[in-house]
Amino acid sequence: MEKVEKEPLWTAKNKKLLTNPLGMDNPITVQVLGICSALAVTVKMKPAIVMAISVTVVVALSNLIIALMRKSIPGRIRIIVQLVVIATLVIMVDQFLKAFAFDVSKQLSVFVGLIITNCIIMGRLEAFAMANKPWPSFLDGIGNGAGYGLILIIVSFFREFLGSGSIMGYPVMEKLGVYKFGYEDNGMMILPPMALITVGLIIWVQRARNKSLIENK
Amino acid sequence: MKDFSNKYIMIFSVVMVVSVAILLSLMALLLQPRQEKNVEVEKKMNILSSINVASDKSDAVQLYEKHIRESFVINTDGKKFEDVDAFHVTLRSEQKKPMAEQYLPVFIAVADNGDTLHILPLEGKGLWGPIWGYVSLREDLSTIAGVTFDHKGETPGLGAEINTTPFESQFHDKSLFENGLFVSVKVVKGGARPGNPHEVDAISGGTITSKGLEAMVHDGLSKYEKYLSQNRK
Repeated sequence: MEKVEKEPLWTAKNKKLLTNPLGMDNPITVQVLGICSALAVTVKMKPAIVMAISVTVVVALSNLIIALMRKSIPGRIRIIVQLVVIATLVIMVDQFLKAFAFDVSKQLSVFVGLIITNCIIMGRLEAFAMANKPWPSFLDGIGNGAGYGLILIIVSFFREFLGSGSIMGYPVMEKLGVYKFGYEDNGMMILPPMALITVGLIIWVQRARNKSLIENK
Repeated sequence: MKDFSNKYIMIFSVVMVVSVAILLSLMALLLQPRQEKNVEVEKKMNILSSINVASDKSDAVQLYEKHIRESFVINTDGKKFEDVDAFHVTLRSEQKKPMAEQYLPVFIAVADNGDTLHILPLEGKGLWGPIWGYVSLREDLSTIAGVTFDHKGETPGLGAEINTTPFESQFHDKSLFENGLFVSVKVVKGGARPGNPHEVDAISGGTITSKGLEAMVHDGLSKYEKYLSQNRK
């Protein structure tokens, strides 16, 4: 056993691991990972939130587990090991939702299982957890899960609000009475292309405000 | 990253796979009773909602006891089998049998206003997986009193809309028979003709699910045709 130097839990570097993925290093808008599920589950806010929590749990725990095992994982089969860890956690989350949050698990249906294929998770395992200590890896997982979740929630807010006229299932537009004046929900917002365009708009806004994200030609 | 021997890699994989397998089977065993109860309660809620009785997880079992008077299974000739438990008949496995051997469950319910309703279960295919539902019929065994649909994994916001009230409530007071002939209820793309008792609006963006639902209603209920004709009042 190597002697581990005691490090404070909340160093500036560790805090960065949590906050960077929310903005400057966001997995969806900057690294452009995990787009597929961001398009699929953002029609309504409630499934998007549950999806965000599920992905955060899976990425944080798998980062932690891989970081704990990183020195004993043979390099040649590391991708398989990562996949097994992710798949196990996803199945556990799926079973757990089926037992304790049955309605939501029905809404998310196949997408919970598809967390396995979410590139953010494998990306973080390969890029971070394989080379870092458990605690920073755990924080990195929480940060990236939250960064992913943040975009999911923003996108689903606009899609639900403009596409179904409600927020979290509450019929805002109907209560405001705008339908009487001939307003109609934009059915296009419900379809996948508008999710991509909404994500695109978020990327545009983010880059317009933060020039350092724009690639040099 | 240091290099590991082949032996180490083999042992590592075996230990990993076995421990994961044990973990997952334990988890599945522990959670299974809860999950099965969820499914059963949901089935009761679905049956209740087809006779327009709203229920939630806490009172579904109790309300089911109160409203459902009788259940039995019949075959396509309308012959009753009293000894089969209708609640636990799974339509999906029945549909794999030859038509004449299929058990068709019937639930007789009493609605809040005292009407006797027949509840018939349905099972079909959507775009991504199975869809199912319950239809309740008034005493003329033709007029629909209520329906409830559900699905395994239709696209949220599109096909998944079949289990929402706006879609389901369209079926109220539609009729299955026209002058004694079975015509079912069609799901029409582009909008049903107003006043037509055999048409409802399809879901925009959910064409395949809508088509699947139409086929499910037609195929599922046509098996009951003889029973419904014989017992009509």
